[in-house]
Amino acid sequence: MAVARVPVPEAVEAAPPGAVARWLAATREFCRARTLGAVGAAVIVVMFAVALLAPVLSSYDPEAVDFGAMLARPSLAHWLGTDSFGRDVLSRLIFGSRTALMVGFGASVLGATLGAILGVGSAYFGGRVDLYLQRVMDVFLSFPLIVLALALVAILGNSIPNLIMAIMVPMIPRSALVIRSSALAIREMPFVDAARAAGFGHARIVLRHMLPNVMAPYLIMLTAFLGQAILAEASLSFLGLGVQEPTAAWGLMLRGAAVEFAETAPWMAIFPGLAISLSVFAFNLFGDSLRDALDPRLRTQ
Amino acid sequence: MWKYLVKRFLLMFPTLLGVALLTFVLIRVIPGDVVELRYAGDRGSVSQDVLEKERARFGLDQPLWRQFATWVLGVARLDFGESMWTGAPIWQEIRLRFALSLQVAIMATLVAVVLAIPLGVLAALKQDSWIDYAVRIFSIAGLATPSFWLGIVFILLLLVVFHWLPPMIYTPFWVSPWENLKQLIWPALAVGYRYSAVATRMTRSAMLEVLREDYIRTARAKGLVQRLILARHALKNAMLPVLTVVALEFAFLIGGLVVTEQVFNLNGLGLLFVQAVAHRDYTLIQALVMLVAGVFIVVNFLMDVGYAWIDPRISSPDR
Repeated sequence: MAVARVPVPEAVEAAPPGAVARWLAATREFCRARTLGAVGAAVIVVMFAVALLAPVLSSYDPEAVDFGAMLARPSLAHWLGTDSFGRDVLSRLIFGSRTALMVGFGASVLGATLGAILGVGSAYFGGRVDLYLQRVMDVFLSFPLIVLALALVAILGNSIPNLIMAIMVPMIPRSALVIRSSALAIREMPFVDAARAAGFGHARIVLRHMLPNVMAPYLIMLTAFLGQAILAEASLSFLGLGVQEPTAAWGLMLRGAAVEFAETAPWMAIFPGLAISLSVFAFNLFGDSLRDALDPRLRTQ
Repeated sequence: MWKYLVKRFLLMFPTLLGVALLTFVLIRVIPGDVVELRYAGDRGSVSQDVLEKERARFGLDQPLWRQFATWVLGVARLDFGESMWTGAPIWQEIRLRFALSLQVAIMATLVAVVLAIPLGVLAALKQDSWIDYAVRIFSIAGLATPSFWLGIVFILLLLVVFHWLPPMIYTPFWVSPWENLKQLIWPALAVGYRYSAVATRMTRSAMLEVLREDYIRTARAKGLVQRLILARHALKNAMLPVLTVVALEFAFLIGGLVVTEQVFNLNGLGLLFVQAVAHRDYTLIQALVMLVAGVFIVVNFLMDVGYAWIDPRISSPDR
């Protein structure tokens, strides 16, 4: 192990000049070398645009009931048909992307970040703290994600912020587990010793010197969680324990009438499912390529 | 090695106790209890006195620590008590549903393994070819498709193409295997696809790693045919992580089929859990969670034992 290049503790914090140009170059390289990932990223960008421009893009109010047009087939007026309340399926899909992104990003960013802090802290302090934290994580890991989320929703009630909380909690130990193992290696690096010798406090060393160095596994966990969070939200809403009527949400659109009328109005059951699959697919595609790009061991020689 | 195994074995107990405590606390934080819910219909007409008497019958008037101690001591003797909602013994409530969930989990595992191992090996052997890309897209799509929606699509296709619906009433396998499979094959396929995606990705990456090892090169150099290299050397060594993923997914499947069971109207553990939460049936929820988490913890332990047995480095003292 060469200890020739000891980074100055502050080096990771300040962005060197030309950072924007380097990001652009890295992005271009990513698109060239990882076509699948770029396709995923493109779908994600489109999804964001749709969510932002929802009121402009949809020609109907997603919550407006129209009993004159119940269960209408896809037509020029209603491109993807209407549901059993006469609500426009396309408009509900468009507005549903807001719910999906909000819950998806909210839960995965919070879950991955809290997990990262716990994981790094656990690795940094080691000893008893590490041992006890690991046992607590083991307990949480023993519950299937959906079961824990279900119990939490029952406790908190089902508003969107509560839904984010319920999906976030089971993600924390999963993120902490992965980040901890990366952080264990970083703890042994000379710059951590240097920071300690310089008399920095624990919080500062953990937050400003160790956390930035687990960015790669953090981003990998984050993108993986995004897809899982969107799926979890859809599952909970489908069970009637997530987003409540009349809010537009993809999982909710599959609930009840969509199954009952599956034969006569299959568009109600098919399109929301496609929307869920496509968005999670895009996030996974992007996350996979990101992992390959960030993890040098996986590069093909 | 023995020291490691004993330590690993003993560590299961604090985890199980932690699960018990967490479950116990979580469900009591949920607003409302079983007594309140049962008389919710005629609120007001039932006096507070009757409610208190009902609570006392379930021991809900006791201090929390005593309730917890009573329950844990019962569990230690494998006595889970009676359901607060139906009054039937917990074992009776769970037995048939467990058989159903276990069968679906086993069938889904079969679907997953049969798909995953050939696909994963093929993708690894032809890395970066169109086959690899196709397998990867197939498996990423599997991770992205909600099993419950896939279930809806299956039902829809069967209806439209064959004008046939899978039976909606459960027949135990030992009564009529054919009727039983006609119903359960569909949820098994819907869940198995997602499950196979997880296993395919693991097979592919494990194979890629193994194929780069020196002993594979040695085997090639001494002129061993490709098929033998794969079967004797590569696959054997790559199977360990795959087996882990399959085992852990299996453990989760037994209790984690909550949503898919809803679609196929299967009265399994997942549905029972949702009902138990809705009824605030504390004893039943506690038993279900202990069962699911217990299976997971034991499977986890067995995997660690397997690893230690196969790879002595893991249990060496300097870890």
